[in-house]
Amino acid sequence: MTMTISLPRVMHAASGRPLSLREHEEAFGTTTVGTALLRELDASGLLGRGGASFTTAMKVELLRSQRGHHKVVVVNAMEGEPVGHKDRTLLSSNPHLVLDGAQYLATLIGARRIEVCVSRKDSTIVHHVQRALHERELRKTGPEFVLHTPPWRYVAGEESALVHWLNDNETMPQYRPNRPHVLHVGRSPALVVNAETSAHVGLIGRFGADWFRELGTSLSPGSTLVSITGAVYRPTVREVSLGSTLRSILAEAGADPDPQAILLGGYGGAWLGAQHQDVAYCNEALRPFGASVGAGIIVVVPKVACGIAETQRIVAWMANESSRQCGPCAFGLPALAQDLRTILRGSSDPRAVVERLKDRCAVIDGRGACRHPDGVVRLVQSALEVFKDDVEGHVNGTPCVGVTSSRHWVAVPALERESELVWE
Amino acid sequence: MSRRIDHFVLKVDPILCDGFGHCHELAPELVHVDEWGYPIINEQPTSSSDVALLKSAKLAVRGCPRQALRIERISGPT
Repeated sequence: MTMTISLPRVMHAASGRPLSLREHEEAFGTTTVGTALLRELDASGLLGRGGASFTTAMKVELLRSQRGHHKVVVVNAMEGEPVGHKDRTLLSSNPHLVLDGAQYLATLIGARRIEVCVSRKDSTIVHHVQRALHERELRKTGPEFVLHTPPWRYVAGEESALVHWLNDNETMPQYRPNRPHVLHVGRSPALVVNAETSAHVGLIGRFGADWFRELGTSLSPGSTLVSITGAVYRPTVREVSLGSTLRSILAEAGADPDPQAILLGGYGGAWLGAQHQDVAYCNEALRPFGASVGAGIIVVVPKVACGIAETQRIVAWMANESSRQCGPCAFGLPALAQDLRTILRGSSDPRAVVERLKDRCAVIDGRGACRHPDGVVRLVQSALEVFKDDVEGHVNGTPCVGVTSSRHWVAVPALERESELVWE
Repeated sequence: MSRRIDHFVLKVDPILCDGFGHCHELAPELVHVDEWGYPIINEQPTSSSDVALLKSAKLAVRGCPRQALRIERISGPT
């Protein structure tokens, strides 16, 4: 079976509505499960698209080594990032590809149940998934699908928080001292995969590893979905080949040709100075800059904006999204946000504030149960590096122009209750 | 070569921990506290032959009001 190399692969040309099961099978062919599937998945080198870029084949192998016949596959389409739209785009254009991938994974690990988790924030997407599951139910074959709609929080999409929700209806991350850790839904070992990863598995199962590797680099094969927002012509979700230059991705989206900086990975990601635009968009090329592909978020920030102000808004929101289980996260993140605000507004000894911020970053890093605080620390540290001149200007009492502007470039949801903020 | 488990580290469950700070009182050599009162634990493995340190680590584990601490025995630093 052959298929053209052209993009898009997982993002089917939108007809304005999600493909029905029959249309989907006409376009992609039916699923066939062979013994070669595990080998193909291993050879494809698919990395998880949820943010951590963990090798999916290794995850599957870990679950295969678990005992028990009641395993589950959890499809994570929570889309925690406020500027991310890839899971939603995927589910509203071709939900059956995601479900196919989940079915393949269920066959591989021997799972009988597939839990599909979609945030209840977006009722349209919930409806699309409901419809798709119903179509499959009518076939009366394959594993059992169950739809879950947890509330939307930033940390609710974290895999242990999601499993916690399935168990106890609480979207709080759990403490896992020894990694890799096998999460359990009830007593069943659970394989948690991102919706986009699942869609890629759905294609690897059909067309094989060689086809998958026709795009991307040897270490990060395949294509990925990126959500591009900020100073762009129009915020979009695009499917790009991993390893293509950042400049070409930005140009395709109609981004500001001469930006100040680019936020990569998500709100727990890292800033990248605009001078590095020719870097390849894949983890191995971005690592020297401390950035990563993450959850496929790209936010373009123009020269008129104040990078510190944008970072401060993100950090304040992230501090508020903390589940406040661990002290370093519950108290540390608001402290970071407040330090950034002090730098913006000026104080009697601004240099000491910058030093204190750096010290606090080092203290907080790695001390939460999940990676939420680590991500914020990475963001702050990269901001201090990328906007070094800007920080210097604020410290010397000559702040940039952007700080007084009321225009914001990084979209941050409004806080539900301003009084929830712990630092004021 | 036999694998000898002769070192230990203290591990804290950050979710259970409420920052009482008893561990810092009981094992000041192993545990520092940050500005909010939460423990910063020395991540370097300590030799189990250091009886005084092992004893204070055990005291910290038993003295934790939230039972968030435990001693993890590991083979020595490579």
